[in-house]
Amino acid sequence: MSGEIIKSLIVPAHPHPVLCPEKNEGWQRIRDAYDDARRQIEESDADLIIIYSTLWPSVIGHQIQADPNPKWVMVDADFHDLGSIHYSLRIDSDFAHAWNDANLARGLESRTVAYDGFPVDVGSVVALELLNPNNRIPAVICSTNVYSNRAETTVLAKACLDVVKAQGKKAIAVSVMSLSNRMFTEPIEPHEDRIHSLKDEEWNQKILEFLSEGRLEDIGQLSRTIHNQIRVKKVVAFKPMWWLSAMNDNRNDLTGNVLAYEPIHGAGAAVVVLDPESNGTGDKEYDEDDVEFYGGDRDVLDIANSEDTEQHDSNSGPALYEPVTGRNTVNSSKAPKPVGAYPHARREGELLYLSGVGPRQPGDNSIPGGPIKDAEGNALNYDIKAQTRAVVDNISRILEEAGSSLDKVIDVTSFLVDMDRDFSGYNEVWAETLGKVGPTRTTLAIRALPTPIAVEMKIIAKI
Amino acid sequence: MAKGSIVAGCLAPHPPHLVYAENPEQNEPVSEGGWEQLRWGYERLRESLKDVDYDAIVILSPHWQTYVGTHFVGVERCVSKSVDPVFPNLFRFNYDITVDVELAQAIHDKAKSEGMSVKMMENPDFRIDYGTIVSCHMVRPEWDKPIVSISSNRSLSYYSVEVMQEMMLELGRSTAKAIEESGKKCVLIASNSLSHRHFVTETNPPEDMSKEHITSHAMHLWDMRMIELMRDGKSQQIIDEMPEFCEQAIAEADGGALTWLLSAMDIPHQPATLHGYGTIIGTGNAIMEWPCHEWSDE
Repeated sequence: MSGEIIKSLIVPAHPHPVLCPEKNEGWQRIRDAYDDARRQIEESDADLIIIYSTLWPSVIGHQIQADPNPKWVMVDADFHDLGSIHYSLRIDSDFAHAWNDANLARGLESRTVAYDGFPVDVGSVVALELLNPNNRIPAVICSTNVYSNRAETTVLAKACLDVVKAQGKKAIAVSVMSLSNRMFTEPIEPHEDRIHSLKDEEWNQKILEFLSEGRLEDIGQLSRTIHNQIRVKKVVAFKPMWWLSAMNDNRNDLTGNVLAYEPIHGAGAAVVVLDPESNGTGDKEYDEDDVEFYGGDRDVLDIANSEDTEQHDSNSGPALYEPVTGRNTVNSSKAPKPVGAYPHARREGELLYLSGVGPRQPGDNSIPGGPIKDAEGNALNYDIKAQTRAVVDNISRILEEAGSSLDKVIDVTSFLVDMDRDFSGYNEVWAETLGKVGPTRTTLAIRALPTPIAVEMKIIAKI
Repeated sequence: MAKGSIVAGCLAPHPPHLVYAENPEQNEPVSEGGWEQLRWGYERLRESLKDVDYDAIVILSPHWQTYVGTHFVGVERCVSKSVDPVFPNLFRFNYDITVDVELAQAIHDKAKSEGMSVKMMENPDFRIDYGTIVSCHMVRPEWDKPIVSISSNRSLSYYSVEVMQEMMLELGRSTAKAIEESGKKCVLIASNSLSHRHFVTETNPPEDMSKEHITSHAMHLWDMRMIELMRDGKSQQIIDEMPEFCEQAIAEADGGALTWLLSAMDIPHQPATLHGYGTIIGTGNAIMEWPCHEWSDE
């Protein structure tokens, strides 16, 4: 079973295309584009719509709607005079719970919500009302965390993809958002509507140019700049492109189609469809760290008093190297960088030999479970089980890069810096993971490893 | 007709945790208590207001966020359920609220005549924001006073703290004039916390007070500074320092409520009474009262 994102959409959040499209030709064109996108969804084999709404802010991590049938009457905080939208939505509750579990497994703070009367945000209501009338396809809705950064938002998407793949879903990913979001601060007549400023218009056109070329990852990388240039600093920053880009494996060669672009009360409203088929230009470079697990920078204000052992940075270790490349070498951007001149793995015949793998995380070099000592060499408390799990995860990523997998591991040599303290916890995680595969194993006690980690494994696997 | 007046001004923060901890019958979740320092502070405020005669509560809440001017609820009776989208596990409150539409319209009209962008909200399906409900409930749990609900115009988002304050100073003056002309006696509520940096995790149970504290020392210093200024009657200095406060303490006063309140009271030099201070999920919250009914017409 292998699911996938079969289409991605960017759609506006304002209620005008639902409540009064006839009052302005541009609003009607947005409505028509919404209808076009709806028809494309109906003609596909989609079985899930995933909404990331910038109008549902959250503080305690991300929240995922899990009520199978949320229903109420939505009235916009600003445009209440346009009328009400009675909604009754069909939510894939199983997917919502699975996504929440996947978030937790990847280090995110996350929870589901399922409460009578919960106020589904205007953006989600508008998008589902127009893209999915009659609830033909179940949906899932996720909030935008007000404090989340790029790493957290990226990992949120990857956790979602985990579930899409595991459940074999054919999913539509939808970012509900404005481009420029500066509205007129006074009432206007519908015929007076226009993009608020020339600067906003120019940036919107640049965004649409990129999207029409399928350069989603580039837009993701420009998010901070876009936010500074044309985004009013409301509760939620310009994060949806991080999410949507990660939902598409951070690619730049999607096939993009801008169905409409119009002002709604001054803000830039666009309906854009992105198909996963390559537009033939070849993917462009990817030059920001990719992130698989959320290492956490969220309790920085509280760190001095924290007794937690998880997710300390380990930047004080030895210098990092780019993996050595050459014939038969295998390297993965999803694995931590080496601490010397060697590759992540090497193929010889039908066998794959991995360099020693520790728990350090790719990108930020953090150590799940915490380092064993600080920069001054003072011993720290750490979680051996978290470290061991991270080792196994890193091994899995390198194996997958080589076309192998965890179940093809045939021999393991493990190194522990404190056998007495850690063997039990290490052994427990082993039993849950590689122990189920059944490779031969040797466990050695050693004095130290190059970085402040407690466990490392040397792997031989079949390809 | 006698002149109307503001009989008290209150800084009355609205974290839903407070109503959750009180376990009123209107709220669905049930707690084991918590945040007593603040709830006892609200008790003291209620005791202080017990013998004060007033006709209506006028409240500005940062959780009805409007970007196209300032809005006023114009529906006389609002009956529905308010569910906090951020803390739905704590706040699902069935409300039945009477609105003083006449006074709301009067403030709206006065502000409009002064050149402000304003709008009456007359859609009967509209749900009252949870900030308004929490603050009003904690100040007057009997719900026997009509309210005037004013939105938070996010002019700070569009412009700057300075512009926000200019607009809120004007709205405060318009509010005071409209109240005076109405002949009504009113309690004004600014519904906001002080420092506003949250923890991003929640304890289990949420009312586990062993985990509650301010997010950082810097936030504590800002909270204490603002409280001292209020206690010293240095309202103008609060307004002068508002840009730094909003930026450095991520202050919820960025929604304009505190500036509006101080302006409506004519930037009082009289000291405010501190009824309580405490943190809620790391944010700083003070319950303050300006007992205007005790002030002489000097």
